[in-house]
Amino acid sequence: MANYPIVQNKEKARGNVFSAGGFYGRKTPVRGKELWVEKVLMLSASLFILAILLITLFIFAKGIPLIAKTGLTDFIFNTEWNPTKNKFGIGTMLVGSLAVTLGALLWAVPLGLITAIFMAEIAPVKVRDVLGSFIELLAGIPSVVYGFFGLIVVVPFIRDNLGGSGMSILAGAVILGIMILPTIINISRDAIRAVPEEYKINSLALGATHYQSIWRIIVPAARSGIITAVVLGMGRAIGETMAVVMVTGNATIIPDSILSPVRTMTSNIVLEMGYAAGDHQAALFATGTVLFVFIVLLNLIINISAKAGIKNAHR
Amino acid sequence: MPTANYGEKVMTLVFWLAAFLITAILAVIIGYIVVKGFSVLSLDFIFTPPSRAGKEGGISTTIVSTLYLVLGSLLIAVPVGVASAVYLEEYARKNSRFAYIVNLTAETLAGIPSIVFGLFGFVFFVIFLGWGWSILSGAMTMAIMILPTITRTSQEAILAVPREYRENSLALGASKWQTIRKIVLPSALPGIATGIILSIGRAVGETAALLLTAGSSLGMPMSITDPARTMAVHLYILAMEGISLERAFGTAFVIIVLILIINYAAHYGMRRLSALGR
Amino acid sequence: MNSIKIRSHNLNVFYGPFQALYDINMDIESNKVTALIGPSGCGKSTFLRSINRLNELIDGVRIEGQIYIDEKPIYARDVDVVALRKKVGMVFQKPSAFPMSIYENVAYGPRIHGIKDRRVLDEIVEKSLKAANLWNEVKDRLKAPATGLSGGQQQRLVIARVLAVNPEVILMDEPASALDPISTAKLEELIAELRCNYTIVIVTHNMQQAARVSDYTGFFLNGRLIEYNRTEELFVNPRDKRTEDYITGRFG
Repeated sequence: MANYPIVQNKEKARGNVFSAGGFYGRKTPVRGKELWVEKVLMLSASLFILAILLITLFIFAKGIPLIAKTGLTDFIFNTEWNPTKNKFGIGTMLVGSLAVTLGALLWAVPLGLITAIFMAEIAPVKVRDVLGSFIELLAGIPSVVYGFFGLIVVVPFIRDNLGGSGMSILAGAVILGIMILPTIINISRDAIRAVPEEYKINSLALGATHYQSIWRIIVPAARSGIITAVVLGMGRAIGETMAVVMVTGNATIIPDSILSPVRTMTSNIVLEMGYAAGDHQAALFATGTVLFVFIVLLNLIINISAKAGIKNAHR
Repeated sequence: MPTANYGEKVMTLVFWLAAFLITAILAVIIGYIVVKGFSVLSLDFIFTPPSRAGKEGGISTTIVSTLYLVLGSLLIAVPVGVASAVYLEEYARKNSRFAYIVNLTAETLAGIPSIVFGLFGFVFFVIFLGWGWSILSGAMTMAIMILPTITRTSQEAILAVPREYRENSLALGASKWQTIRKIVLPSALPGIATGIILSIGRAVGETAALLLTAGSSLGMPMSITDPARTMAVHLYILAMEGISLERAFGTAFVIIVLILIINYAAHYGMRRLSALGR
Repeated sequence: MNSIKIRSHNLNVFYGPFQALYDINMDIESNKVTALIGPSGCGKSTFLRSINRLNELIDGVRIEGQIYIDEKPIYARDVDVVALRKKVGMVFQKPSAFPMSIYENVAYGPRIHGIKDRRVLDEIVEKSLKAANLWNEVKDRLKAPATGLSGGQQQRLVIARVLAVNPEVILMDEPASALDPISTAKLEELIAELRCNYTIVIVTHNMQQAARVSDYTGFFLNGRLIEYNRTEELFVNPRDKRTEDYITGRFG
């Protein structure tokens, strides 16, 4: 899922919300046909709202009854997933999703942040541009290709060098980390670049070195953007499916080490959707409901707080 | 202060190492697939249909299916996406509540994982509307997924069109819609095209959502109500079920080459766009 | 007693093919306020930024000649730029408080120069804020974000931040141009007080301001130092026709 360009455009796009459309004013001639055009365009834009409403409605309609029947806490925290016995608890998958995501963040955040600082503050222009296009490419590689690479390279490597089957949290964390690097790098780089130049000049004029200015002034000033980057990276990691399903082994157990296989919530859906029916299918939708609510909330918080941030900055 | 100097040198080294590591990761992934996949590739591989569940034969039907799905989703998403962008940038009033909500919705849509889109497409298009596992269901689902990309890039492109263009057109007595159609949209075209190209990239690689909405039938799709298996889905099934690693490499190679081309084209488009902004 | 703090000797500065300063020779006295005036683009800010080597941040800049501070060349191979900038503080046009608390803003400089003891820091912060005439306004909210201060307060905070690293010279690049009249008056008052302990070089567009705050004034035009004299002399009896034209408002 190569959606980094959306992410990259976010900063600018957000600004639009508050500067939309005022150019033509009320005096611009509006003839009969023109009004009709405006209505059609507005209708198109309304489709976004319709889409999100339909998605919410249909997923909830399929998922919530089963959650209600099982009980929310039981559904989320029970570790027994046994469709043939009508036992639907996604506890192991919740742990699986969190473990793989945490593992990915653990290495991708530091590496991504350092790369972002490098690109915004240190790299010569040419190096920066080349690295930038590499990162675009990294964002463009489909998740199924990452999964395939993980399956034939990372999994055997772990099996041969660390033991176990290789299908593990570790393999998932390695592959997922690579996949969220572009998100983390691009958003934090933009945030670092957006820090006013004066901060740096003032800091240098006080006798600080370039690195002191970076660590003590520039990075802290870009903090909220960097947090956004990490949270969005986390959202991507939790929602990722194909890459994870191919490398983590998909066992519904509570892992006891990073070499244990795990099944994530997303994997659960894609693995069983093909043959599930009745309550079993509803349970997969319920898994999707949990995932959906979690990620939409995450995104809403980020988007609304970022927009509030812009408002404050303009005050 | 020699200690401070030493620390800074180490820091510089760490920065360059990070950049090198990123480059190495990319090189290893692409290099591995290109090297292993290239030996599988032949005209036969591209032009013959798969047989024995993909164990033998080529990938022609999956290429055709991918094409249909990409075209189908663009057919829906491009008009809607561009129209929405025009509305948001040229018509919606400053601080309009409606525009705010649409923008927020677009951001939210962009963040939803593809598996959730797959679930929705399955329950809505496949079951509720009764379209079954089909190109139609897959393309509709895909269209919703790429809509935010197309709208965002179009919005940016429209915003980059110099204000004077509009002023001059209006001063010549053109109406608002004439100005948009004849001046603004043509000027924004490189940016809009970039959005479309990026969406193609996403559609080519999409797997989870299509598996649930377009199915995984290997036959050659004859109509939009036929099920279809794209290259990405094919790669997943070949690798996951251990059908043929060799053919999986070949398929991954074709996907990677397509992505490289798409990426280059998008990069080129972006450059045109930023040249316009200047 | 006159002692020379800064001596500029045949200073030429180039930005790529463009020459921004021509053979500047200028002696700036210790514990005095020296104002640099002239129309936009005349090179006065370039000269100011040459004194703490901040010009070097610009790509393609080339500097010839020498500046001496306390008779030591600052454009020499073994000069520690960081130490130089510690000694030569600078206040910029746009008040730029760092996005942290008032206290942390002032403590930033001492911290990067290695002071960790909390009590010493407290002392420096208080002393600097007092010296910058800001203490009374902020002493009850040192932990509050500095970005909440008014423009004038922020500019005095920036000065306190500079004072906290204990400089000998303070460069000011149009420090009042973004401030309202009342804040400007407070700032000028502060400059008058600071003169006792620091050598101040101030670039200003505002000739009344130069006349009010400075002891010496240099007039720059097209990258050249046209006239340099005691402030009252320069304003009352300009020797050069171009200086006279400028201060009487006939151009620029």
